[in-house]
Amino acid sequence: MTTPSPPIPEAAPARKTVPIKVIGVGGAGVAVLGQLLRSGLAGVGFAAINTDAASLAATTAPEKLHLETRLLRGMGSGGDPDRGRTAAQENVPRLKTLCEGMDVIFIIAGLGGGAGTGISPVVARAAKETGALVIAFVMTPFDCEGARRQRLALQGLSELQAAADGLIRLPNQKVFKLIDENTSALETFRLTNEYVAEGVRSFWRLFTCSGLIDIHFEDLCQLLRDRHLENAFAVAEAAGPARSREVVEKLLAHPMLDAGQMLAEADALMISIMGGPDLTMAEVNRVMEQINRQSERAQVLMGAAIDEAFRDRLAVTVVAARKTLPPGEARFAALPGHQVPDQLLHQAVTGQPGSRFSSRPPSFTAGPGDESPAPRRKTARMLQAQLPLESTSKGRFDKSEPNIHKGEDLDLPTYVRRGIPLN
Amino acid sequence: MFDSSSSIIVGLEVGTSKVCAVVGDLGDAAALKIVGVGQAPSRGVRKGEIIDTELAEEDIRHAIAEAEQMADVEIRNVYLGVTGGHIRGFNNRGVHPIFSADREISEEDVRDVIKNAKTINLPAQNHAIHAIRQHFLVDEQDDIPNPVGMLGTRLEVDVHVVHGSLNRLQNAIRTVKGLQLEVDDIVFNGLASALALLSNEQKEIGSLVVDLGGGTTEYVAYANGIIKHTGVLAIGGDHVSNDLAYGLKTSLRRAEQYKLEHGAALVEDVITGQTISIPNENGFAPKIINLEHLRRIMNLRLEEVFLLIGQDLEQAGALDDLRAGVFLCGGGARTPNIAKLAEQVLQMPASIGKTNSISGLKSALDQPEFATAIGLVKFGSFEHRKRALKASLTENLKATLSQWFRRA
Repeated sequence: MTTPSPPIPEAAPARKTVPIKVIGVGGAGVAVLGQLLRSGLAGVGFAAINTDAASLAATTAPEKLHLETRLLRGMGSGGDPDRGRTAAQENVPRLKTLCEGMDVIFIIAGLGGGAGTGISPVVARAAKETGALVIAFVMTPFDCEGARRQRLALQGLSELQAAADGLIRLPNQKVFKLIDENTSALETFRLTNEYVAEGVRSFWRLFTCSGLIDIHFEDLCQLLRDRHLENAFAVAEAAGPARSREVVEKLLAHPMLDAGQMLAEADALMISIMGGPDLTMAEVNRVMEQINRQSERAQVLMGAAIDEAFRDRLAVTVVAARKTLPPGEARFAALPGHQVPDQLLHQAVTGQPGSRFSSRPPSFTAGPGDESPAPRRKTARMLQAQLPLESTSKGRFDKSEPNIHKGEDLDLPTYVRRGIPLN
Repeated sequence: MFDSSSSIIVGLEVGTSKVCAVVGDLGDAAALKIVGVGQAPSRGVRKGEIIDTELAEEDIRHAIAEAEQMADVEIRNVYLGVTGGHIRGFNNRGVHPIFSADREISEEDVRDVIKNAKTINLPAQNHAIHAIRQHFLVDEQDDIPNPVGMLGTRLEVDVHVVHGSLNRLQNAIRTVKGLQLEVDDIVFNGLASALALLSNEQKEIGSLVVDLGGGTTEYVAYANGIIKHTGVLAIGGDHVSNDLAYGLKTSLRRAEQYKLEHGAALVEDVITGQTISIPNENGFAPKIINLEHLRRIMNLRLEEVFLLIGQDLEQAGALDDLRAGVFLCGGGARTPNIAKLAEQVLQMPASIGKTNSISGLKSALDQPEFATAIGLVKFGSFEHRKRALKASLTENLKATLSQWFRRA
C-alpha cells in the first residue's frame, strides 16, 4: 500500500504577472505612448492624459482622460504648468481610479510645457496613494528651447522627485551626441521618444521577464523607493564573438552615463542582461565583473533573461541611482540654462587619468556628435561651477600625476569635492 | 665600503618642503647622540618624490654641508629616507619546510623563510624596502617571537612588507649617489618617524604614528610590539596651501603665508564673521580674508586626510588595537588644534610626538619636523650595531684562517 504523496507544487510561470500601467501625460508623453503601443508591450495597461483634446483623439490608447476646466475649453494648457496642475488637481479621484489595482505605474511626460510639467506630479502622487510603485520617465527640453522652458522643466523635475519613487530623465540635449548633424528635426524628436520608450521597455523587462537570474519585485521596489534623486539609464547592445566586452565598452562611453562617470558615483545599480538562448554564464560574468570594477560602492541588482528574439545579440540595460545630495547644491537649480544641479560639482571631478588640476575640457565624452548646431549652453553647465576656480593659479600639482582614490582626484580641494559652499 | 671604525651615522630626508640631514654619533658607550643638523628648503620635490634632480642635488648639498659644519665631520654615507604615493605596506606570510633530519630550526631557516615572505605576492615592478618580521608560526603554533632552537616540520613567518616602485626608489638613490654620497640603506620615512617617537611600551600597547609632511602623509601602526600596518597618502601641507589658494582666490605663496600665520585645524564658533586684513605692500587697499573660510578649508582637507587613514586602517583590521593613540609629527603637526581634530576623526587620544631615548641637540629633538631624520639615524644605529657584530665575527674568522695558512 503506497502512502499518498503530497501534491507537487506547480512550477512558477515563466512570465511574472505584475500589474503595470503606462500613463502618457501631456503631448510628448502621449507621443511616446504611441510608439509603445505600436511596438506592443505584453500584459501592460495603457492610458493617456492630456488637456489637449486633439492629441487624445489621435492616440490609440485604450484609456483616455481629458482634463478639462472651464478656462481651458479643450484647447490645452497653453504652455502654463499651473493650468495643467489645476486641471489635474480637480480630477484627482479620476486619476486614482486609473491607477487602482496596479503594482507599478510608469508615467511618461515631457517637461517644460504646460500639461506634462503640471499634471505628472499630481498623477505621481495620486498613484503613490493607491499603493503603487511610481517610476517616471521624463524628457527635458533642448537648450535651444529657451530659458523659460528649462526653468519650468526643472521645477517640474523637483516636484516629481518628491512625488515619484524612481525618476529616469532624458535630457534631450544629450541626444545630439547620438545623432548626426543632418538628422531632420522630426527624426530627432522621434529618436528622443524612442529612447524613452526603450527605457520603459527595459524597466518592463526587469519587472516581468524571468529566465536565468531573477530580480525580485520586492528588491527592485526597495532599491527604487526613497531614492528620490534622478537615475540615469543607458542601453547598449552588441553582437559577435567579443560581445560581452564590447557591450560594456559601449556603456562606458555612453553619453547618458556621462561616459561611465555615473557608474562610479552611483549608490545603486540595476543591470538587466538580455540574451538569446546562446547566452553563456561566462558572458554574464564578464559583463558584471567589468561593471563592478567601475562602481565599487554601489549596491547592484542584476537580472538576466533569455528571449528567443535576442538570438546572437547581447543587450545590457543599466539604471544607475544616486541618493539625494546635501541641500547646499540646490542653489544652482534655479539658474537658467542649467541642467542637472548635482552634476555641476561632480563634473569638476573626472576619473580619467592625466586630468589637469584646474583646466577642464568642455565635454568629457568622445562622441561623434560633438559639434552640435544648437548654441552650446551645455558648456555653461559644466563650466559654471568651475568659473570662480579657474581664474586663480593652477596650483602646484599640474606637473605631478593625479591622486585618484575611489574615483576622486584628491589633488582637488576637499571643500570643492564635498560641495561645501563658502558664502 | 662600510667603515666599521666610524661611529658617525647620518640620516638624510629629502622631503617636499625641506631637505634635512641629521648627524648622530654612536660613541663608545653605544648611546646615540645627535651632534649636527643641516637643512635647506626643498625645491625639486613634489609629493615626496624628486622631480627636478638638479635642484634637489643643490638642496641636498646645502643641507649636508650645514650638517657637516655643525657636527665637524665629513659625511660620506647616509641612510636615505624614501616615500611617495607608490609605496604600500601589506602583511605577507612566508612558508619554509624544515629539511634537517633533527627538525631543529636554525638561523638559516629563519633567514630563508623571511626571504620567502619578502618576495611572494610582490607586484612585478616593485622592490621590497622592508620585510619586518611580525611573528613566527611553527607547525601552526602561533605568536612565536624566536623559533631558533625549536623543533618543527614547518616554519612560517608573518612579515609586514613595505614595497615601492623599483624605478622611483632608484631615482632617489641615484640622485644622492650623484653627490658622491654612499647610500647605506633606504628606509621608509614612516618607519623612521615611528622609531624616533615610540617607546617600547607604546609599541606594546598599540600606537599610530602619523607624519604630516609637505607632500605626503605617512602612517605606521604598531600593536603588541610589532608593526601591523603602514601606508602613505600623497597628500600633505602643499594640498592645504593649494586648497587655500583656490578658496581664498590668492597666490600660492600668500596662501602658505596665511596658512602658517592664521591657520588652524578646527573652526571655532568664536571666529564666525572674523576677517583678517592683510596690508598690501604696493599701497593698494588691504586684502580682507574671511577667517572662517580659511579655517573651514583647512579643516576639511585635514579632516579628509585623517578619514582616509582611518578607513585604510579599518580595512586592514589595525584600527582596534591602538590603545595608546595617535602621535603626530612632521611640519603639519604644528597646526594649532591638529591633535584635537585627529582625536575627533580617529576616536582615540592624539598628541604631538616627542623623540625619546636619544640625547643631543635639544633644538633638533624638540621639533616635529626632524622626527623622520632622527629616526633614520636611529635605524642606522641599529644596523651599525648588527654589522659591527658581524664584522667582528668575520674578523675573527679571517684571523683564524690566516693563522692556519701561515703555519701551513
